[in-house]
Amino acid sequence: MAADPLDIVISVRDMTCAYGERVIVRDVSFDVRRGEIFVILGGSGCGKSTVLKHLIGLYRPAAGTVTYHFPESERPLRMDIEGGADREAILRRIGVMYQGGALFGSMTLLENVRLPLEEFTDLPPSARDFVARMKLSLVGLEEFRDHLPSELSGGMQKRAAIARAMALDPEVLFLDEPSAGLDPITSAGLDELIQSLSRSLGMTFVVVSHELPSIFAIADTAIMLDKTAQGIVAQGNPADLRDSSDNPLVRRFFHRETAGAEAS
Amino acid sequence: MNQPAALRIDYAPQAPDGLTLSFAGRLDAQALGRLWNEILARAGQAGVRHVLADLSGVKALDGAGIALLLRLRLDKEAQGGGLELRGLPERYERLLDLFDTDRLRRDEGPARPRPGLVDRAGLAGMRFFDDLRQMVAFVGECTLALGYALRHPRRVRWQDMLLTCERAGAESLPIILLIGFLMGLIMAFQSAMSLERFGAQIFVPNMLGLVMFRELGGLVTAILLAGRSGSSFAAEIGTMKVNEEVNALVTMGLDPVRFLVAPKVLAAVAMMPLMILFFNFASLVGGAVVMLSLEFPLATYTSRVFANLGMIDFLGGLFKGLIFSLLVAGVGCQRGLTTGAGAGAVGQSTTSAVVSGIILIAVADGIFAVAFYYLGI
Repeated sequence: MAADPLDIVISVRDMTCAYGERVIVRDVSFDVRRGEIFVILGGSGCGKSTVLKHLIGLYRPAAGTVTYHFPESERPLRMDIEGGADREAILRRIGVMYQGGALFGSMTLLENVRLPLEEFTDLPPSARDFVARMKLSLVGLEEFRDHLPSELSGGMQKRAAIARAMALDPEVLFLDEPSAGLDPITSAGLDELIQSLSRSLGMTFVVVSHELPSIFAIADTAIMLDKTAQGIVAQGNPADLRDSSDNPLVRRFFHRETAGAEAS
Repeated sequence: MNQPAALRIDYAPQAPDGLTLSFAGRLDAQALGRLWNEILARAGQAGVRHVLADLSGVKALDGAGIALLLRLRLDKEAQGGGLELRGLPERYERLLDLFDTDRLRRDEGPARPRPGLVDRAGLAGMRFFDDLRQMVAFVGECTLALGYALRHPRRVRWQDMLLTCERAGAESLPIILLIGFLMGLIMAFQSAMSLERFGAQIFVPNMLGLVMFRELGGLVTAILLAGRSGSSFAAEIGTMKVNEEVNALVTMGLDPVRFLVAPKVLAAVAMMPLMILFFNFASLVGGAVVMLSLEFPLATYTSRVFANLGMIDFLGGLFKGLIFSLLVAGVGCQRGLTTGAGAGAVGQSTTSAVVSGIILIAVADGIFAVAFYYLGI
């Protein structure tokens, strides 16, 4: 599907991700459009989180490019693991929620969310506190601002991690397995939060997930990766893929069938 | 970068108790860094109860800008007035409605008041006695675990113990030899220089032998053990605690003290005498270098080193070392098991293991000095 170039915020071209000699995905290309919730889905071990880590510059692609297009930048910014002005500019405009939350255990929730504001803005302390409280309020955790992460449940930790990732108002928010390990109600609450933030803030979300209810609830667009194909096997709206895809890999994934069931 | 203009604000008082703030440019964290306090101060002047924020000239608005509007709304509502917004795009209006302003207002001010001096002293005292209680309980658990190990030697995790012997003992040999050699060298040299005035350099080997075998061998080796292995025990067990591996042991029905602590304590106790022997040997070599350079024959040096040294001095030094190693390994493991939550807690446990280890060594050494004196050792 050809997207309006002005709408594209992340553009991935011919990216190969590998750990040493072991190739995880080969020659993948896709675009993420501004304001959409873009889901990277697939079975365990297909390279979803690996692709995400390449997008956010933790790993260098073995081949190909990852380019970001921000309205305030005169030119596209290229993610380069070696550093440079482009990488710095990209990192200031993205936020990441890691699978386990990755909150700093010795800091309270307020201190966790305030940290990026302390490091990257000149706001006075009272303003930093208020902005951090506001972000926690957005994810429903304002009353827990003085708690340590270890005093909270897994779902609350993930919500706090989203608040921290949003501290500097990123244009793109990356979420790695937001629903993993959560009960259905907490998971649905998190999905609602993502949708509400997307609608109210117009933020772009890139979400890694293999939880089908969550994918159907939030995704505007999805790419499906597969371990054996080492790349993208389907792309589009998840509901459309479920209902109309002829690809057996896609059908198996969306209809929760094993390889044996498909063969019979 | 294609940046819109920086923030510009016009303040226009409106009779009788109003103020109009007209914003133009970027209302974001970058611009508000220097203007936040000024805006709040102007809006908070006596007599201003109603604020009209005209945002029609705003080109960019971020979380900090929204926070400022919320802050103004809360402040004005608290004074019985209010904030009126003009020219705010609809999606930001929706965003402002997302916040629980009642809660933000209710929780104003410091959430946890700082305790006073008396409270802090009380809390410190409680922490001290709690620590003491935990230590006593741990000594009991350790004794039980070691007793169990003696009665059921086949249940001891000998693989873990041997691995700890290698790490805490064999791998520490280079530093033991180096520090021993340097201490012997320095003590012999300093003593020789002082005793030269009295023509008493010949007694340097006697002093060195006695001091090293009776006192410093065990003491310094135990301090090295605390710094090198006590800290490592605390960090290892502390990390296991943080990762809930200790909880996994407990729920499997395994006693963490028997499973984790006993092999480490046994290894430290087994290695300590050997480490002391190597330390003493290295210190005597260091002393020999000094004495040989002062043209004393090696035979004279060795005969004088052992002239006043009895088996009781040698065994007394080793015994003290054994007790020190028990204390150092025990407190290292105990600090690991009492680690709190988070990476910072592991650091605190490690520091505490070394500090407590050294304090225990010093206290125990003092007790030994008095006891040995009365026992005539």
